Amino acid sequence: MSLYRNLTIRQKQIVWAWAFLALPVLFYGVIRFYPTGTAFVISFQNWNLLGSRTWAGLDNYVELWNDPVFWKVFRNTFAYLLIGTPVSLVLSFIIAYHLDKLRFMHGFLRMLYFLPFMTSAVAMAWVWRWFYQGVPIGLFNNVLAGFGIPQIEFLNSTTNALPAVLAPAIWAGLGFQVIIFMAGLRAIPTSYYEAAKIDGVGWGTVLTQITLPLLKPTMIFIVVFSSIGFLRIFDHVFNMTTNNPGGPLNATKPLVLMIYDTAFNGFNMGYAAAQTVVLFTILLVVSLIQLRLLRSE
Amino acid sequence: MKNHLKGLAFAGLTGAASLFSSAAMAVEIEYWQYFFDARVAAMEQLIEGFQAENPDITVKMTHFPYADYRTKVAAAIPAGEGPDVVQLFYGWLNDYKEAQLIQPLPADSFPASDIDANFFPMVQAMREGDNYWALPTAVRSLALFYNERLFDEAGIDSPPANLNDLVETAKKLTKLDGAGNITQVGITAGMNAQDHHWFREVLVRQMGGDPYKDDYKTVNYNTEAGQKALDFYVGLAKEHKVTAFGFMDEPQAAFKAGRAGMHIDGSFRIGSLNKTRGLKWSVAELPAGPDGTQSNYSSYWVNAITTKAEGEKYDASVKFMQYITSDDAMQIWLDVVGELPAKPSVGLTEANANDDVFGPFIKGLAYANTTKFVNESAQRQALMDMVSRMDIEGQSAADAIAIAAEEEQKILDDYHSK
Repeated sequence: MSLYRNLTIRQKQIVWAWAFLALPVLFYGVIRFYPTGTAFVISFQNWNLLGSRTWAGLDNYVELWNDPVFWKVFRNTFAYLLIGTPVSLVLSFIIAYHLDKLRFMHGFLRMLYFLPFMTSAVAMAWVWRWFYQGVPIGLFNNVLAGFGIPQIEFLNSTTNALPAVLAPAIWAGLGFQVIIFMAGLRAIPTSYYEAAKIDGVGWGTVLTQITLPLLKPTMIFIVVFSSIGFLRIFDHVFNMTTNNPGGPLNATKPLVLMIYDTAFNGFNMGYAAAQTVVLFTILLVVSLIQLRLLRSE
Repeated sequence: MKNHLKGLAFAGLTGAASLFSSAAMAVEIEYWQYFFDARVAAMEQLIEGFQAENPDITVKMTHFPYADYRTKVAAAIPAGEGPDVVQLFYGWLNDYKEAQLIQPLPADSFPASDIDANFFPMVQAMREGDNYWALPTAVRSLALFYNERLFDEAGIDSPPANLNDLVETAKKLTKLDGAGNITQVGITAGMNAQDHHWFREVLVRQMGGDPYKDDYKTVNYNTEAGQKALDFYVGLAKEHKVTAFGFMDEPQAAFKAGRAGMHIDGSFRIGSLNKTRGLKWSVAELPAGPDGTQSNYSSYWVNAITTKAEGEKYDASVKFMQYITSDDAMQIWLDVVGELPAKPSVGLTEANANDDVFGPFIKGLAYANTTKFVNESAQRQALMDMVSRMDIEGQSAADAIAIAAEEEQKILDDYHSK
């Protein structure tokens, strides 16, 4: 105890800071960093979960490089990102922009947009999966058939399946993004708008010269956040395609689903860990690029 | 009759048990299986019976979700924890054997020649030299489920006996709407369900082929027979238009909803169909091939003794294994779980073989084959993709099956080269 008493105030502060930090540090060390490190090690090994691990060198990475399914999955993952992020950004901005101006039933509408975000992704994916079915059970195709229009193969198609799976994923994330955008819109000082009004500037100029530039931090936050989400997309794809996971013909398979399949159906832990390291690297690079854009402000 | 049988089995077992029970001390062994209501209930009943016969042994059952199987077993046994007797899917046996998690059954208590003679032949996949590594209590096979109401409505009086009849029957059962969309299929189709077994072990053989060579290490369906089988299968949708892949999402869903005339599925489906209200269904043996060839696919879960069991626990485990692979146990398993007995002596009794529901499955066991999968979901995927390429991309059967054979061969090679 006397040891503590002899410390300076500054040193005591440090001791206390570390005392409080100990828990999260321990948590991150044991729950996050230790398994992450292990995953890196396993990616250089062969392991089927049962036997002993054997060193494989770079074999798993070489196999990955030469695996056509991996490249297909790689493209899919970026398709989810490159379609999902801009579409959800534009949609959520449009909704937030108009919702912000609306007074009538404002709270109710906001709740309607936020509701999907709170719904379990699994339940939502299954309902949409049934919406997409053909006649006689699919909602969309029943409507089409009612008008005598030929059915559309939503999920059983190599071209339509990815957008079809992505649509509910975008819809689910929309509520959150709308709320963030509205907070961003509210944070813009009204004096700018008043000044614009006095100067008699048009609606378009207000939008492009005041609203959008001042929303940049909000937008970057949403872009970073939703990018990570789309790069890690799994539950929607998995639940909508359980009959043919990531199918048909790998048309919807994202990287996370491939990792899951390799690890827990193929029990090829080394190969799965190598895929995980690749995903980690992609996430890191994408996030760093986006954070750099943020810092340029 | 049943009671008499039970009594006999009981007497036989107690006799055998008394021979072993030299050390009459309380031993506790652990039994692990995955959680499935009926399986747990059946096992509880078996444990009770076993303990009554062997008062010096107690069996503790642990069950957990299917998804946790490997991780739990693999972590527990090397640590000296976990099961003494464990239930495994037959396809996993090799992995467990190589990881030294299980040990062979002793030849004196489980003579290989007796097992060869007494069990259905597909069980021989578990044999190595003079030893069996594991034994099933129950097995599963495929049969043709059909909807009796739809059969009556279409004026069909018996289920199809061969593949030609199958197509004709299915045509009568198919319904279209005004735009030509299928609203009721004659027969369900989807490689994701049981059809990949039907294709591999039944259709390919019926067209005169042999799906694998070298003890399932070499793919052999990229042949004329394989192409014929594939043409027949995809032809159901494309040529005869009696089905659609992915109709109503899942084949069993379409059948349950009464929107499918026929449906090929495993014996494990019986329970859930029994619970479906308003569905009147029946079962028939799988249709025979053009030359009358009958075939079927069988799979099973086996019980094995782990390397953790030593000394008196090992002896107790051997006794327990004998008990749960006895005729008596198999009858209980059939009555409670609805899974088929692994021995003809139980399966082919008058009552079981002529049972309206179990009969066709049990008869199928006599000519069933068991694919030695190394990674069932990946091997299934190869066949699903084969059909998708024909269905979506219009590939020819010859090309589609060639690619599938190559993909599956790679999976087999990767596994066996390790």
